[in-house]
Parts: sequence; structure tokens; C-alpha cells
Amino acid sequence: MIFRAIVVSAALLVSASAAYARDARSEAKSQVEFGIRMAQNQLWKEAAYRWQKAVDIDPTYAAAWNNLAIAYEQQGDFENAAKAYEKAVELEPDNLMIRQNYDLFKEINDRTKRRNDR
Amino acid sequence: MTARSAATIASLVVLCGSLACTSFYEIPIETPIQPKMDVSGFSRVLVAGFLGGGTDDVDANLETVRLLRSQLRSKSSLRVVEAEVLPLAELAAKQGQASGDSNGVAASPGGAADGQQSTAQASTELRIQNEKDLERFQSIFADVAFWKKLGEEYQNPLIVTGTVLFTPHRDAGMVMQEREWYDQFGRRRVTPVRTYMERKGFILTPKFIFIDGRTGATLYSEQFREEVLYNAQQNTPALSTYFELMDKLIPSFLNALSTQKIRGTRVLLK
Repeated sequence: MIFRAIVVSAALLVSASAAYARDARSEAKSQVEFGIRMAQNQLWKEAAYRWQKAVDIDPTYAAAWNNLAIAYEQQGDFENAAKAYEKAVELEPDNLMIRQNYDLFKEINDRTKRRNDR
Repeated sequence: MTARSAATIASLVVLCGSLACTSFYEIPIETPIQPKMDVSGFSRVLVAGFLGGGTDDVDANLETVRLLRSQLRSKSSLRVVEAEVLPLAELAAKQGQASGDSNGVAASPGGAADGQQSTAQASTELRIQNEKDLERFQSIFADVAFWKKLGEEYQNPLIVTGTVLFTPHRDAGMVMQEREWYDQFGRRRVTPVRTYMERKGFILTPKFIFIDGRTGATLYSEQFREEVLYNAQQNTPALSTYFELMDKLIPSFLNALSTQKIRGTRVLLK
């Protein structure tokens, strides 16, 4: 009897956390979509705010980190852009689009660093 | 249905499926690069002149001054001072004479030869063809009093000066070329081929020096190197090659004084 109760409550817990994760992702996704529309209208600060919100809601959402990195890059904040790109690559190492964005960013960032060191 | 067409359809289905799963949006961005110098203390900029040389086909001093002034007029917030271009090599030579410099800078023998001969000799001595020739005149950039005096003349601007070597260059060796051909179905094909080629062109090595017109001290300097080689049979005028190479450096030059934006595209993901 006790065993059955434990199994049932564990199953409930698992399904609740899965549902919570699904909810978090769908909420984060709506923030990401809104951010994309903002960026397409050149409202980069608002876009960055939305994507920041998305990664706060769901820190495992690689696309949101990728977009946030782009927004930082557009605003000249290379330090935060690098951190956000690294997070996106860490979450989805096989995503070629994230990798390509990161490579393009690194090219500019490395060139700027080299010139500042000179 | 052949196996080939079945494979094509299958790969299309997979592609459509993956595109449906991943939504992406290509977006143009402009990455701002912060300037390397703080020029907030200046309202004017004087592109004074350069130690130029390498070839007689281009007056590197005059062309560089003209080009930088026009770029600064349109792409910087500083007011560009319109002044005579300084013949920096001559001035450096005169300074060398005055200070009894024994580095070999134009010390024309007084009254020994006739006028024509001494003029010809002086112009030979002022000729700059390589890095070694440049070294004889470089001390002028460290002459704080000279730049301070120039600064006072033009109400303490930011002074831009430096050296520009634009030297002809030849090279021969194996290069990769693309050979175009048409297959039996009339389709265009391109194959890389290694070919021996003689090429000629130019090397441009400018050094931009930024001097504080209020104190005469050097604030910042940066050296660049660009080169281009063409097929030896191709006849490209030296001046257009000069502009082609300078075009590549101008954003870096401007970035010393003002924020520059690098245009590119990134992919936003959903």
C-alpha cells in the first residue's frame, strides 16, 4: 500500500515537473517570438529585454541565448555577447546556425582584441 | 520510380521536416566598434602631411592627405582643417641640418656645386624608396616642439601624420586558378588548377600617427600592411591600386577616432 502511494506520488511529481518545463518553454518561446518581431523592427533594446526574460524563464533554451547574444553584439557589448554565445553553444553544440553566428562574432571580437592589445 | 528519385524525395521530406521544426530568421546587424582614442578634447583635426615614398607614380604624401581629409569630413564629427600639405621629408631634412644630424639626412654642401646640381642632389637625398630611407626622417615625429608649434598655428587640433610607403612588387610561382569548362551535357564546370604565374602589384605600408596639437606628444600610432598582385600582363594604374589598398585600411584608420560599424547578418532562432 505504502509502496503504491510512493510510486503514484513519484509519477505525479515527474509528470508535474515535465508539465512545468513544457510551460516554461512555451512561455519563454512567446518571449523569443516577440523579441524577434522587435529586432526585425530595429527595436534591439526591447528585443534584448524579451530574450533576457526568456532565458530567465528557461535557462536551457539555446535559441534564446543565441538571440540574446546577437542583441548584445548589435549593442557593442562584446563581453556579454561572448557569454551568451558560449551558453548557446554549450546547450546545443551541434546547432550549425548558432555555431555560424558565434564564429562570425568571434572574428570581429578577436580582431578588435588584437588591435586593442597592439 | 527509380531508386535515385526515391532518395531525392526522401531527402526533400527530411529537409522540409527539419525546416518546419527549426524556424530561423536572417537579420542584418551593425556591430559597433568603439574608437581606440578619446578625441573628446578636440574639435578640429589637421591631416598635416606624411613621409611618403616607394614609387614615383603616386605622390603618397599628397594623395594620402587628400583621401584622409575627405574621409574625415564625411565620417567623423571633427572639423577638418584645410591647410597646405606639409612637405614632411623636406622639413625633416632641414631639421636634420639645423641640428647637425649626422644620420645622412640632406646636408647639402653650401656653395660647392652649381644650383642645378645641388637641387638634383637634394631631391635624390629626399627620395624615400624603402623602410631604410624612411628611418632617416623618422625623428621628426618625436620633435614635440615642432608639433606643438604647428598645433598653435591651427588652434590646437588633433594632428594626423605618419609614413606611407607604396612600393612596386613582383612575384612568380604556383597559384591556384579556376578553369572553366563545359561537360557533355553543356553544363558549366569549374575546376581548380595549379598554374605557374608571374604577377606584379604593389605593397602599401602606412603608419598613422596621431599627435596632440596642444602638447606635441604622440597619442597613438598604428601601422598597416596591404598588398595586391595582378597578372603580369594586366596594366593597372598605380593610383587606382593605391586607392584599392587604402580602401581596405580606411575603416581601421577611422576607428581610431570614431565608432565604426561592421555590417553583417546573423540568424535569429525560434
